Formats: sequence, structure tokens, C-alpha cells
Amino acid sequence: MKKFGFSTINSRTIDYQQFDTRLLDKVLQEEPSFARCMSCGGCTATCSAGNLIDFNVRMLGLLIKRGEIEGLATEIDKCMLCGKCILVCPRGINTRHVIMLIKKEMVKLKLEQV
Amino acid sequence: MKIEWFTFPFVAGFIILLVVIIAKFSRWIFQLGQKNRLKIIKNFFSMGTLISVKESFLEGLIHRKVHQKNRLLGYMHMSLAFGWFLLIVVGHLEMGFYKETLNFPFYKAVFFRYFNTSNQQFFFSEGFTFLMDFILLFIISGLSLAYYKRINKKIFGLKRTTKLKLADQLALSALWLIFPFRFLAESFTAGIYHNGGFLTQTAGNLFATFLPLDTLYFSTWLGYSIVLGCFMAALPFSRYMHIPTEILFIFLKNWGITQNEKTDGFTQIEANACSRCGICLDPCQLTLANINHVQTVYTIREFRENRIEDSNLFNCMMCGRCEEACPVGIDIMKLRTNLRIENTKQYDVAYDYLTETSTPKAEVIYFAGCMTHLTPAIKKSMTKIFNHAKVDYWFMDEEKAPCCGKPLMQAGQYEAARQLIASNSKQIIASGAKELIVSCPICYRVFNEDYQLPGVTVKHHSQYLLELINAGKLPVIQQNETMVYHDPCDLGRGSKIYDEPREVLRHYGKLLEMENERENAKCCSGSLSNMKISNAERSIICKDVMDEFISYKPDQLVTACPLCKKTFAAGNKIPVKDIAEVVANSIHVNQKPKEKVHELELDEVLY
Repeated sequence: MKKFGFSTINSRTIDYQQFDTRLLDKVLQEEPSFARCMSCGGCTATCSAGNLIDFNVRMLGLLIKRGEIEGLATEIDKCMLCGKCILVCPRGINTRHVIMLIKKEMVKLKLEQV
Repeated sequence: MKIEWFTFPFVAGFIILLVVIIAKFSRWIFQLGQKNRLKIIKNFFSMGTLISVKESFLEGLIHRKVHQKNRLLGYMHMSLAFGWFLLIVVGHLEMGFYKETLNFPFYKAVFFRYFNTSNQQFFFSEGFTFLMDFILLFIISGLSLAYYKRINKKIFGLKRTTKLKLADQLALSALWLIFPFRFLAESFTAGIYHNGGFLTQTAGNLFATFLPLDTLYFSTWLGYSIVLGCFMAALPFSRYMHIPTEILFIFLKNWGITQNEKTDGFTQIEANACSRCGICLDPCQLTLANINHVQTVYTIREFRENRIEDSNLFNCMMCGRCEEACPVGIDIMKLRTNLRIENTKQYDVAYDYLTETSTPKAEVIYFAGCMTHLTPAIKKSMTKIFNHAKVDYWFMDEEKAPCCGKPLMQAGQYEAARQLIASNSKQIIASGAKELIVSCPICYRVFNEDYQLPGVTVKHHSQYLLELINAGKLPVIQQNETMVYHDPCDLGRGSKIYDEPREVLRHYGKLLEMENERENAKCCSGSLSNMKISNAERSIICKDVMDEFISYKPDQLVTACPLCKKTFAAGNKIPVKDIAEVVANSIHVNQKPKEKVHELELDEVLY
């Protein structure tokens, strides 16, 4: 098959009954500015780590909002905390703090499961 | 024989004090670890010990650094500490000469005027009487200041003082009562037995005219004994524990013991050496944004009580202004960093994605830093300067490179940072460069302190620019423009680089002197060390700093840090430039000058 460089998106649904808001709640509680995120992707565009490897900060935000927190732990560890995203964020979100909160909460959630 | 049982509260308090101090000290010294204990033994007979004795005298008794902060505050502390010390020493000497032996129960010296009412002459007895009264007056004068400080702290140069807890209040009340009781007890006794000096005798005679001293004088001695005992028993559980701990701290410090990357016995000693004087409150700029619970004195207190919270620990810009002001000399930045390391240990992770890339050979490496990529005028200026000076350089992070690691370390993620450090070090050494030029003070500091780069000199671009100018490799055009220079925290207080940037700037314009500069420079509020602060709070602090700059009416504000530049530019009232831009402005490129200028301007519009 010929590759066009793009493809169709698989249909997907989010089951609200199983929506995992634990992480989102905690992040919003500690860093309310995260509620303002509109997923513009400014953070990803400037990201030092994203420039180096395959890493997408905007995606992380989306995943948490959708409650899809599996696999987040390995992804978030790629962040180098350089802080450029704070400076470019048009919504004034303390992104570094959000990242640290996610890291911390992921450990807690993992412990709860065990 | 006179009644002696009233001395019991004093003796009991003294024993409690002694036992608790010995217990606490031994625990801390045990927690220091084998290596540090060996260090103590090794350095016991060295200059360090003599320096410590001198320092204990100057800082612990005279309070030299408090004097530098404010004369009145210094006098208050000196009169209480040095005065009390003299009272004890002279009191024991007096007792020694009276008995002609040193073999007497120690409490007899404390209550000398009670036990010795015979007016019997001995060596220098009148001198001693005078001296003891004089010292008591000295202490009481300081104590009156302490009372007055509670009403009006402004004349002591303090805007804020520490909030006290129960044990502190108990000890403080006892301390405030000790010397009035002693004065009354000695005066009353003098009124009856005529054994007082110029102060107590005069007061005693006066009291005798309207008070039944015979019935009162014993209860004043009992009161004196009780408040002394209370103070000593409360001391190890209150802020006054700093008195013995500071001495221990000074000795350990001079024997070469420092904080490592974890909290150990030495951290405990430093934390307990904190006198909670509150001198660190006023320099803290966070108070402007109404953040009043995170200042060092409270952080240390929460640590000591083993209940430190994230909202305190991570809400600090680590600008180092409090460390500069601290009269005890506690290594506050390290202490906070250690606490952060321990707090985030569970998710201090590895960067296994870092891969080796090819490294070009060069004489000089230029590492702009993440932040400099957000202020492209700086890196443009630096490349212009490198090209003009014909330097063989490699722009290490022009396309992509890992971060220097410092932002991770500021958040406590030391293990993670070490991976970045190892990866970057490998590249730097492989390039065979002799010099590493860094545009960002945050990067500069970590390259200097935490990287092992044999044969490579790390320089901040302000130092490097000065070298190029002195070597005549850059054109210097003196302008009439006035400027103020902002010391970035990590370059100034962090790395003690104050003069080089100023010398560079003096070549290009008129540098104005300011009140809060060098060690006292304020933080721009952009610091990456603060994880908690909101943008609104940052702008309050930034505005305060900016207003101060503007009050000097400069044509431009110059700094040497991309993050400071970015932060100040946000509240833009005067042109904000990096030192590299000022230097690069004097370089006129002959080929296609118009296009070059256009390019720079365009960049500034874009970012």
C-alpha cells in the first residue's frame, strides 16, 4: 500500500463510568491554573526534551484530562524540568509544578494499587 | 547556716538542661556518620579549633553580624549574651577569691549575695561588687530594649519578627523575669545587709524606706531561683537551644564538616543553631506577595519538628538573600535542597533515552542554555561576537542538547540530573575544548560546581566578554547612555561574579550605582526554584524590583541572565538588555549591514 504520510483515526470512546479522575483532581487541587489549559501546544513546541526525543507535553495534559493515566509514568519521566514551557504558556500555567505533581501522584497511585 | 533549699529549682533546671543537651548532642554526633567523626578527630588539633574559639566569642557572645545588621539590635543581643557570660565568670571569680578555693558548690556563686552578707573584705572585693552591679546594669539595659522591641521593632531595623510557639514563649517569659528578679533580690538584701554596689545599694536603700524587706527578700531569691530553673529546663525545647548548638555548629564547620546530599546529624545541628531571630524575614521578597509561611525560619522550624510540608518546601525562589543575611551563617540553600532531594526521592528517575551523538572538535564550546533559546537576541549577539573575534567555537545546543541539569536539581531530582550531567560531560570532553562559555547563570553554576571537566575552564559569557575586550579583540564604543545592572541570583550570590559584568558595562556606557545591588540584589522573581508560586505573585515581586530600577532613571536595564531578561521584559517599562547585546551593539558588520540589523529587530518582535 502506498504511504501518504497520514492515516485515518480509529474511532474511540471514553467510558465515563470508568473515568479515572484521581490524578486530575489532585493536580487541580494543588495547581488550579492547570484548569486553564486549552491544549494549544505551545509547551510542546518549545520543549527541550521534545526537541531531543519523542516527547509531547501537550499530550500528557490531554491524557490526564481524559483519565487515561496508564503508561503516563514512563512518559512523564522524559521531562527535564527546564522550565521553558512556563515562559511560553499563554494561559499562565505553572507547568513545571504540574509535572512534579503528576510524578508524585503516580507513585502514590501505584502504591495504592499494590 | 542559711537556708539552701530555695536553690533547688535552679539546680534541677540546670541538671535537666545538662542532661538534655548531652543527649541531643550525642545523638547528632552519632548521626554525623563514621566519615565525619573521623574528620573531627583528624582536625581536632588544628587551626580550625582556634578559629572556632574566636568565632564563638565574636558571634556567640558579641554578636558581630547582628551589629552589622543594626547597632541597637546588636547591642540588645550582646548585652544579654556577653553580659550574662560575664556575670557567670566574674561571679565565680568573686566566689573563688572569697573562699580562696575553687572547691565550692556552683550554685553558691549564683546566689553569692544571699549567702555572703558579712561584708567581709577579701581580694578586690569592692571591685567585684562594683563590677557585678555594672554587668547587671549592662544586662538590664539590653533587656529594656528587648521589652521595647515588642512594641516598636522598627527602630531595630526589623519589619517582621518570628511567630513564637509555646515553649518559646515560656522560655522567653522566664528570660525576661530572671534579671529583674536578680536585681530585686540583690537590692532587697543590700537594703538589709548593706552588701550591695552602686546600683543595688542605692535601690536597696530606697526600697527600705517603704517596703518590709525582712519578709520580702527571701521570696525574691526564691523567685529568682524558680525563673532561672524554668528558663534552663525550657531551653533545650525552645529556640534558646541555639545558644549551645551554635557553638557546636561553629566548631564542626571549622573542622570541615559540610552538608551532603542528605539530611544527617549536621543538618540537625544547623537547624538547631537557628536562633529564630527572624532576620531572614525581611530580605525575603515573597512577603511582598503575601507569602508569609515559607521563610527560612519557618522551614527550619518545620524540619526540626519533622513536619515539613510541600507548600513550604517548594515555595522558595532560592535567591539566597536570607543566607546572605543569616547572622549564624547557616547553609540555608543546601539545607532546603537536601530536603527537596529527600522529598522527591521516590520519583527521581533515569534518562535512558540519552544517546551519544557525534561531537565536533573545537577550541571553545558555547552552551547557550534552554532559556537563552527563548531570548534569541542573546545567542545572536554571542555568535556575532564569536565571529568577530574569530573564535573557533562549537555551538553545543544550537539544534538540540539535553538540559544542563540544574532545573532538575532545584526540584530535588539529583539522580535524574546526574544522567544529564554525565551525557553532557562526555560530549564536552570529547570535543577537546579548553573553554566552555555559558550564557545562563543557572547553567554556569552547575557546570562549575557539579560537572567534572578536567582541562576545561567554565566561564560565564560576562567573564569571557571582559577577556575579549581586554585582549582588544572587540570594538569598544563608549556611549552616553546610563544603565543599571541587575545581578542574577545564581551569578552574583551563587557564583560571586559581581565585578566582571560591571567592568564590561563601564566600557559601553555610564553604570549607575544602586542601593540594593551585589550581595543585596533582589531576585527578578522568575526563579525556577520556586515550584509553587503563581504568575500573579511573580509579577508583584517583579514590579517591585522594576520600580526600584526605574527610580534611578536609567536609559536601559542590563542583566546577564536570559531568565531575568525574560522576566523583566514582561513588565516592560525601560529597554531590558543582556550584557552580550550591549557588547554586540558596538560591532558593526560591514557586509550587508542593513539586513543584519533588520534580522535582530525582527527577532525581538517575534519573541
